[in-house]
Amino acid sequence: MAHGSGKSGTSRRAFLKGAAAAVPAAAATAGAARADDPLITEVQDWASGLGEGVDATPYGLPIEFEDDVIRRNVEWLTADTISSINFTPIHALDGTITPQGCAFERHHSGAIELRKQDYRLMINGLVDEPLVFTYADLERFPRENHVYFCECAANTGMEWAGAQLNGAQFTHGMIHNMEYTGIPLRTLLQEAGYDAAAAKWVYVEGADASSNGRSIPIEKALDDVLVAFKANGEALRKEHGYPVRLVVPGWEGNMWVKWLRRVEVMDRPVESREETSKYTDTLADGTSRKWTWAMDAKSVVTSPSPQSPISHGKGPLVITGLAWSGRGAITRVDVSKDGGKTWQQARLAKPGEKMALTRFYLDTDWDGEEMLLQARAMDETGYVQPTKEALREVRGENSIYHNNCIQTWWVKPTGEAENVEVS
Amino acid sequence: MSKFLKDYMLPAGGGVALILGISYGLANQGYGDSEIALLEERNAQVEARVEELSEQVAQSQQVAATSTDRVSELESALEEARAEAASAQEAVEAARAEAAEAVKAASAAAQADAGGGDAMAESASTESAASEPAVTLAASTTAREGGYGLGREATGDEIAAWDLDITPDGTGLPEGSGDVWTGEEVFVEQCAVCHGDFAEGRGNWPKLAGGDGTLADKDPLKTVGSYWPYLSTVWDYVNRSMPFGAAQTLTPDEVYAITAYILYSNYLVEDDFVLSNENFTEVEMPNADGFIVDDREAAEAHFWSAEPCMENCKDNVEITMRAAVLDVTPEEESTEVEATADTEAEQEAAAVAAGAQKGEVEESGTAPAALDMALVEDGEKVFRKCKACHQVGEGAKNRTGPVLNGVMGRTLGALEDFRYSKTMEEMGEDGIVWGEENMAEYLTKPRDYVKGTRMSFAGLRDEEDIAAVTEYLKSFPE
Repeated sequence: MAHGSGKSGTSRRAFLKGAAAAVPAAAATAGAARADDPLITEVQDWASGLGEGVDATPYGLPIEFEDDVIRRNVEWLTADTISSINFTPIHALDGTITPQGCAFERHHSGAIELRKQDYRLMINGLVDEPLVFTYADLERFPRENHVYFCECAANTGMEWAGAQLNGAQFTHGMIHNMEYTGIPLRTLLQEAGYDAAAAKWVYVEGADASSNGRSIPIEKALDDVLVAFKANGEALRKEHGYPVRLVVPGWEGNMWVKWLRRVEVMDRPVESREETSKYTDTLADGTSRKWTWAMDAKSVVTSPSPQSPISHGKGPLVITGLAWSGRGAITRVDVSKDGGKTWQQARLAKPGEKMALTRFYLDTDWDGEEMLLQARAMDETGYVQPTKEALREVRGENSIYHNNCIQTWWVKPTGEAENVEVS
Repeated sequence: MSKFLKDYMLPAGGGVALILGISYGLANQGYGDSEIALLEERNAQVEARVEELSEQVAQSQQVAATSTDRVSELESALEEARAEAASAQEAVEAARAEAAEAVKAASAAAQADAGGGDAMAESASTESAASEPAVTLAASTTAREGGYGLGREATGDEIAAWDLDITPDGTGLPEGSGDVWTGEEVFVEQCAVCHGDFAEGRGNWPKLAGGDGTLADKDPLKTVGSYWPYLSTVWDYVNRSMPFGAAQTLTPDEVYAITAYILYSNYLVEDDFVLSNENFTEVEMPNADGFIVDDREAAEAHFWSAEPCMENCKDNVEITMRAAVLDVTPEEESTEVEATADTEAEQEAAAVAAGAQKGEVEESGTAPAALDMALVEDGEKVFRKCKACHQVGEGAKNRTGPVLNGVMGRTLGALEDFRYSKTMEEMGEDGIVWGEENMAEYLTKPRDYVKGTRMSFAGLRDEEDIAAVTEYLKSFPE
C-alpha cells in the first residue's frame, strides 16, 4: 500500500478493498529485512521544487487529501434537502472544536443569505420599550466568549428501533462544538426593560421562510443564552445562521434559532409547530413528553468506528471519542471493549467544560481480536449515560428525539467496525 | 394595517429617532448643520406627506360607500401625521437652539481635541451613508435610563409585521373566516403538491390527516388530527411558514379556510363548517391531553446512579442486531471518483484525458453557443426559488417537480416518469414546446398559462429574473 501517498484509505469502501492485504503486510515487515524507503532515500519533488506562494488561496480550504472529511446526508430521511439535515464527520475529527465548514446543517426552509446591513433584531412583548437593533448596534454591547456544543434533538434518533446506520457520522453527527462570541440575551432584555413580574417566557424566531420559533422559559433566557455573531473567531457561516443566531447552551439544537430576528417577552408559551408536533417525545403508551429541552449526557467512540477502521494491525491503538452533557460538565468517561461486561476509565484530554464537547482517549494495546467497543459518559450531576435497553424500558421505541444510549461498535479482527446492538 | 399607512409610518418614525439621535452628533458644528438640513428636508417630506394624505382622504371619501373604515383609518393617519409634522417642527427648532449652543462648546472643544470630534463625525456619517436613511440613522442612541441606550424604538407597524404568532387561546388571530370547500380549493392549489389532495401526504412530505389512535403503535402516524394538541399551531404555522417556498403569501381568510379543510380531512368537522376567529377556540383537538411536561428527572431518576458498574457487569454479551443487515447507510461515491482518478494518474494520462474531454464538449456542444454567462449566474440565484421542487444538473431527479435538464426546447409535459397536470399533458400533445416566449408567460403567472398546473408557484414578477432563470435553464441541455 502506498503509505504516505496522502490517500490512505480512510473511507469505508477503500478500507474494505485494502484491509486484507494490509494486516499480513504489516506482520511480514516486522521480521524481514527492510527495504529502503524511497520516500527517504530519493529526493522528492516537494523537497526540491517549490510550493505555492502566499495568497494562492485567500481563504483556505483543507488540502485535497482530506476531501473525504465532509458533511454527508442520508437522503431517505427527508423529502428534500431544503428542509433537511446532514452530519458532521466526527469520525475523522479530533480535539473538540468543530470547523465551521464541516459542522452539520439543519434547515427548515433552506440556508438564506442575509446581509449584515439588512439584519434587524426586534425585542417586543412585555417590555418597557420595544426595540429594534441593527447588526452595528449589537456590536456595541459587551460581548462574551463561550464554547458550547449544539446537538440536534434527533441525533441518534434513527437508532431507537435498532442498529441502523453504519458510521459515527450518521449515528452521532448531528452535533458540533464551537467557540461563540456574542451578547447575553439578558443584556438585550434588560435594554428593552422586560417586565420582570409578568415575563415567564421568551419566544425566539428566525428570519427565514420557515419562521422557526421556539418558546424558552425566562429563567433560561436570563441565564446563559447568547445572541451570537461569531463562531470559532470568524463570522457565522450562512448555513449556521449568518449574521446572528441564538445559542442555547445544553438545550436541543432546534432552539438555537438561526437568522434570529425577533425575541418576544411573553407570559405564556406560543406552542409553535416545532414545540408541539415536532421535538416532543412519544412514549410507549402514546402520551408524549413536551418541553424536553436539555440534552442528556452522551458519548460515542469516534475511532475506531465503521468509517474509521483500524488500519494498522495489532499493537498500540488509540481509542478516542467525544462526550457531552446538556446538564453540565463531563466528569468521567468509561470505555468497554467487551460490550459492557468490564469497563476502564478513559483519559479526558482536558477537564470537562459545561455544555461543551469533551475529548476522551483510551491508549491501549490491541491484541487483534474482535472488540465490542462502548463508551459511557458521566456528568457533574451524577447522571450516567444509559444503555439502549434501559432507555427503551422508560421511553419505548417511538421517541425519535433524545436518544442518548450507549453505542456499540463491533470491531472485527480485520480492523473493520460495524454498528451493532448487544444483549 | 394598510400598506399605505406603513409607507407613511416608517420614515416618520425614523425621523423622530433621528431627531433624538442628533444631540449626540452636535459636538461638531458641520455635522450639526448638515443634520438640521436633513431634518428640514425630512420635515418638508412629512408635510408633503400630510398633503398627500389629505388628498387621499378626500379621494377615499368619494368612494366612502365601499370603504368607510378606510376613511377613518386614513383620517387618524392624517391626524397622526399632522401631530408628527408639528413635533418634527418643534424638534427642528429645539435642534437649532441646541446646535447654536453646541457650536460654542464645539469650537472650544475642537481646539482641545480636534481629532476626537472628527472621528465622531466620521463614524456618524458612515452610518448615514448606509443607503437606508430613515431606519439606519435611527441606529444612533436614545436616551433610555440605564442600559446602553442602543437600538431604537420599534414602530407599531413593524411589530405588527413581524409579531404574528398565535397562542392556544387564540391571542393574535386576525379577524376573518374560511369554509371547508374554499379550503379544499386553496389546499389543492397551494398545498396538495406536497401534502396530497386529501392531506394524506406525498412521498416523504408530511401527512396532515389520518393516524387516529396510532400513537401507541409500533409506527405511530402523527398528523394534525392524531397528534397536534392545539389548533392555533396549525393556523400559525400555515400563516407564517407555508406554502413551502412561498411563505406568507396567504390571506387570513385563506388560512382559516385551509385550517378548516385540514380539520375536515381529519373528520373533525362537517363539510359545512366555517372556521373564524370567533369560533376558533371551540374546536377540540383529539390529542390535546396527550402531552406531559418533561418528567425525566423523576421518571429516569435511576440514571443518576453516580457509581456505575465496572466489573462483571453482565454474564453474557451477544450481538442482537447489525446495521449491515439493514444496509441503509449511504454509499460513499467520492471513493469511487478518487479511485478512478488514481488509476488515471498511474497511467500518467489524467491531464491529457481531461483536456481531450473538455475539447470534445466544446466541439460537440449543441447547446446555443451564445449563452450569456453573467445572465446564467444571475439565473442560478433566481433558481433558488425553484429548488424546493426542481432539480437540474448531473444526477438530477424528479422531485415534487420534474427534472429541468433540457426543458428548453422540450415538449410540454414530456417526461414519462413525471405526473403532470392534465392541461400540461394536453398542451404537449398539441405539440407545444418550451421556448423563451411561453416560458416567460408561464413563469409570470403559471396558472394563467397552464390552467390547473400542479406547480404551486405564484410566479416571478421581475422580467429580468425570468430572462435570467431561462438562460440558466438553457445551460442545462439534456
